[in-house]
Order: sequence, then structure tokens, then C-alpha cells
Amino acid sequence: MMWWALAAGGALGALCRYALSLHQAGDGWPWATCLINWSGAYGLALFLTLALERWSLPAALRIGFGTGFIGAYTTFSTLVLETWRLVLVGRFLEAAVYVHLSVAGGLFLAYLGRRTALRWIGGGEGR
Amino acid sequence: MTWLWVILGGVVGTWARFAVGAWVARRWTPLFPYGTWLINLSGSLFLGWLYAQVSLHRISEDWYAAAGSGFCGAYTTFSTFCYETLVLWREGSRALAIWYVLGSLYGGLVAGWFGLWLGTRFF
Repeated sequence: MMWWALAAGGALGALCRYALSLHQAGDGWPWATCLINWSGAYGLALFLTLALERWSLPAALRIGFGTGFIGAYTTFSTLVLETWRLVLVGRFLEAAVYVHLSVAGGLFLAYLGRRTALRWIGGGEGR
Repeated sequence: MTWLWVILGGVVGTWARFAVGAWVARRWTPLFPYGTWLINLSGSLFLGWLYAQVSLHRISEDWYAAAGSGFCGAYTTFSTFCYETLVLWREGSRALAIWYVLGSLYGGLVAGWFGLWLGTRFF
């Protein structure tokens, strides 16, 4: 059951990521990956906070959507590869900005996702 | 047809991430998320190697879609990395949270570079 939930989530997540990445120009700024990773970081923190502290979801559903869908939708290896691709064409500053902005933005958005969930739950501020 | 390869690789990548994560968690039960760290570094290494291979026309575009966009993309994860950092930070291990971010970010970059280097020099 768990493995099928993971497969369904993973298939959908990879497909969504691929569909969005097709709109990204090959040699331009990798905004699609940035958008994917930021939205996924926000979404996962929001979802897991609600799933673990508010809802009582079956484990297969939580893992299928959180680990499967959002986990496969976001990607770390592509972020690394795109950074090196910018370096290889001599765009050093953009490469450095891209990788650090991705990580800093992702962490901040995960924090915001948790804050949003806590506001919905009504379980206090700033935790 | 390419999207079918992406889906296939995506499913296998998601399974692999879950299996490796569970395996690491069974062996070590530390605060530090070694599982995701290991996954993101190994996936970056593999994607670097694949990218070098496809650039040199040693593997087909379909293979790259399945193994690169599908498998590596789904195997590695950014959202879990962010969430785990948040949990580490909140549960009082702020030093560990900072180490986790730095280790993933710069470790991943080194792994990706090493993969590119391996793919252009060897195999």
C-alpha cells in the first residue's frame, strides 16, 4: 500500500517538475527549478505541520503526498547541476546567487509554511 | 514519449529515496538527517555524471530523461532538506541545523562537480 502511494505521488511529482522545466530556456536563469523548490519547501512544511499536529491522516496518505509527491517534485541534484552549468559558461556571480538564494529562500519559505499551518490550527505564533 | 521515461524514473527514484532513508534510519537514529544528506549528495554525483555522458552523446536523450530528470530529480529532494533543517533548528540543535545546511549545500556542489569530472574524464 505504502509503495503504491509512493509510486503514485512520485510519478505525479516528477511529471509536474518536468512539465514546469520545459518552460525554462536552456541557457537562461533556472527560474523553473527555483520556483519548484520554493513552492515545494513551503508546501511540505505546511502539509507536514497540519498532517502531524492537526489531522490524523493514514500513514500511506501522508507518505504518498509528502514523501512521494512533494519529495519527487522538488529536487536537489538539478539545483547543483544548474549551478555548475552557469559556472561552466563563466556566469560565476549568477551561479553563486542562484544556489545561495535557492537555499536561503527555501528555508525561509519552509518557515513560512509552518507559520501558515500554525495560524490555521490556532496553535500559537512564532514557534 | 519523453514524459513516460520521466514518470518511470520518477517512481524508481521515489522508491529509492524512501528505501535508503528507511535503511539509514534503521541503522542510525541520530538527530542529524544522514539519510537525506546521503541521498542528495549521491544523487548530485550521479546527475553530474549523467549530464557529462549525455553532453558527450554517450547516452541517449531518452536515457537522460529517465535517469536524470526522472530518477535523480525524484531521488534527491529539496523540500525534505528544508523541512528537516526547520525541525533541527526548532528542537534546539541549531549548530546541527547549520552544519546540515552547509554540508548539503557545499557537499552537494562538490559531489556534482566530481560527477561531472568523472563523466568527462572516465567511463
